[in-house]
Amino acid sequence: MLSSILAAGLAVGAVYALVGVTYNTMYSASRVMSFTAGQLGMLGGVLGSLFVLRLGLPLIVGFILTLACCAMVGIVTEIVAVRPVLKSLDQHLYVLSTLALALMIQQVTAIEWSTEPQPFPRVLGIGSGTSDEKFWLPVAACAATIVGLELLYRRTLIGRAFLAIAEDNFAARALGLPERGLRIASFALAGIVGGLAGFSGGELLLAFFANGPLLNFYGFVPVALGGLGNNRGALIGGFALGVFQQAANFIVGGIFSSVAVFVLFIIVLLAAPQGLLGTTPARRV
Amino acid sequence: MRDAVAEARADDPARTPAPWALILPFLVVFGLAAAVPQLSNDYWVLIATRAAIYWLLVAALNLIVGFAGQLAIGYVALLTLGAYTTSVLAGGAVLPPLPAFAALALAGVAGALFGVVVGLPALRLRTFYFAMSTLGFATIVTQVALAWQSVTGGGIGLPGPELPAPFNTPAGFFYLCLALAGACTWMTANIAHGRFGRALIAVRDADVAAEAIGISKARLLVAVFLFSGAVAAIAGGLFATLQTYITPDAFTFDLSILFFISILIGGRGSIIGPMLGTIILTLLPEFAAPLAAWSTFLYAVLLLLIVLVAPGGIAALIDFRSRRPLTVNRAVVPRPALLGQVLSDGQPPGSQRPARPISLRQVVLSFGGVRALDGLDLDIAPGAVHGLIGPNGSGKTTALNVISGYYRPEAGSVTFGDQPLGAASPVTRAAHGIARTFQTPRIVGEATVMQNVMMGGTIWGTATFVESLLSLRRHRDDERRLRAAARRALRTVGLDGLDDVRADRLQHSELRFIEIARALMLRPAFLLLDEPAAGLSADEIARLGGLIREIGRHGTGVLLVEHHADMIFDICDQVTVLNLGRVLAQGTPAEIRVHKEVVSAYLGG
Repeated sequence: MLSSILAAGLAVGAVYALVGVTYNTMYSASRVMSFTAGQLGMLGGVLGSLFVLRLGLPLIVGFILTLACCAMVGIVTEIVAVRPVLKSLDQHLYVLSTLALALMIQQVTAIEWSTEPQPFPRVLGIGSGTSDEKFWLPVAACAATIVGLELLYRRTLIGRAFLAIAEDNFAARALGLPERGLRIASFALAGIVGGLAGFSGGELLLAFFANGPLLNFYGFVPVALGGLGNNRGALIGGFALGVFQQAANFIVGGIFSSVAVFVLFIIVLLAAPQGLLGTTPARRV
Repeated sequence: MRDAVAEARADDPARTPAPWALILPFLVVFGLAAAVPQLSNDYWVLIATRAAIYWLLVAALNLIVGFAGQLAIGYVALLTLGAYTTSVLAGGAVLPPLPAFAALALAGVAGALFGVVVGLPALRLRTFYFAMSTLGFATIVTQVALAWQSVTGGGIGLPGPELPAPFNTPAGFFYLCLALAGACTWMTANIAHGRFGRALIAVRDADVAAEAIGISKARLLVAVFLFSGAVAAIAGGLFATLQTYITPDAFTFDLSILFFISILIGGRGSIIGPMLGTIILTLLPEFAAPLAAWSTFLYAVLLLLIVLVAPGGIAALIDFRSRRPLTVNRAVVPRPALLGQVLSDGQPPGSQRPARPISLRQVVLSFGGVRALDGLDLDIAPGAVHGLIGPNGSGKTTALNVISGYYRPEAGSVTFGDQPLGAASPVTRAAHGIARTFQTPRIVGEATVMQNVMMGGTIWGTATFVESLLSLRRHRDDERRLRAAARRALRTVGLDGLDDVRADRLQHSELRFIEIARALMLRPAFLLLDEPAAGLSADEIARLGGLIREIGRHGTGVLLVEHHADMIFDICDQVTVLNLGRVLAQGTPAEIRVHKEVVSAYLGG
């Protein structure tokens, strides 16, 4: 019993963590939290199923096409919903513009794809029971993403440029960094991470349009708990959330496990508004 | 004598827009709605009933979204909660059945409680977090409704409550909903046009200033969340009756979006706008039946367009008053002679507050590695003008922010007479009689000049939130008093004739004087001015100086942070010079002017 709670908990936790990293990647580049993060996770599943099962493409082709499409959605987010409202960040218009875009994506998926959960293809066909690939694939994808991002940010020039933009936008621009280009690249990267979350978790969550708002919320919880822009926080928060949710599912039953998550979310945020690993905000006056 | 006449004329109600002009659009809409059962069939009565129920909810939600600026995107959760609570209590499957109206009232209580629970994150967290927590709540309520089969009937659902005669016919039920919607419109209008409404938009657009004014965001928002939650849940109960049978499918997230977008289409800070928005969005699917499946998509497109193209919504389109040109070449000419009335408000001078000094002792505060204040000692005497000067980065504004409670010093004490002033609690300063202005004027641009100044007197209001909702006597007295006081304050700083102009249409210098008028509304014991002369012309600076000196003579202590050395030496009784977070020199203007170190460090030879 414990092993199945852990297996399922870590698996959904990895998906949540990846969506959290998607939020963070967009936030670092633009100081914008985007509602399209969860939709990217949903699209990862839906597009994977579309390319591999419905169109019958080879798995690897379907995988690459899925990530490419999600990267495009990330770029569209930047152009349509983020760039026009960057000038007035303090008015929080981005909440509305990204929400609008997220709703459009979700509605088009519901109408053009299906309103019922659709099956997702077997990816590698390895393992069974609690060691089935549907449980460890998301964890592996999450580990690969975190390691990859760390390498990118610490070892490559473009990664350092990302960090510079995240640290101090104005200073980075004064240094002559192409801020707009880097922002678009960050959103494309965020799209890929979000798509990976959905694709690796596809066998677990299926190809279902309503995963969008669900992942929006459950992917945001680790970000809120770990602190905005903090990938390590999102990773720890995601796994903790996944295991907590599965344990609550087992102990108090399906009805109230989501209530338990919500209550935990509110309590932790009221106690530590900056998240458990976050930093205090800059001065206001 | 002349002033008294002018005063009487200034208080003439004819100068404010006539009340009927504000009420007329509502009368037209409700009149047309009331005629629907006479003019058409049951189908349209049903649609009109739905619109009335939606508006009931949206009217209350408008206080949260449109006025307080909190992005509550998941309000369908409270509709769901109300619908299920009413249906379960009236149905009698779980508990003995209750009369429908009792069930509706209990649903209101439950809605108020959950309204606060969902709203709690808004008290401490940033916008996106609140949007998320309402979204999360909406997701969860639907999941619970689906899974808690023994009570909610799960996916099969349960019948909605049946109302007793005469409300059991389509027309009878419609008039009930319309009456409730009308009552709710009236109540939210009372709030919107009163002290609480102004406090809400202050929290929305100038939250830092709101704290200095003494507006407690938490208490204010809790009151609004209680009210809106209760109304939304009652709307849910009516919605269940309208549907006759409810399942979780009836409460899709699309409804939340409809409510939310109605307000944004209508325009923030307006009531008629969101009302028209609700009606339009409710009717839209009826006229565009083939597009029904795409309705949410259309709402989303509308939302994006509104955000990107017309952030003011319908209200801004029909706001003709704000397009009338203003007089050009306006000059602000303060009338310091009126200060006596403004600062005493009819009470004998000096009767309300004992004269006590503000004292800082060994205050230390660093930002990162920089010691902005490095053991600062400062005494500000009551009833005098105290200048604070020094080079950039010497800690002037930081000292002011410590006194007004925005920063928490790492060491040292701040006392007002013998009372300590709590650190990091700016909202308590207004009650001590400490008012301030800001380096960059923090004004609500979308509110009128009059409303902005009236905000400054928020703590003098005596009516409770409920009294304001119902426009009881104390609420009306508060409004009358605050309006008269604000008019006097505006005349004193020299801004008359601009009362009903939106503040964002004024010039920068005028905004500075609005801030001073707003601060005077507090009848402050101390007034902290943060570079009030920045961006003013030489003439304006001279007049401002005269006004400040006169404020000091009326018993209000003034702390003046300024770079205009001439003005400082001209009007101050005491001057303190800061350098590197410490006092470099202190004394009368004459002493400072010849102080050797000051001249070399700051004034220049």
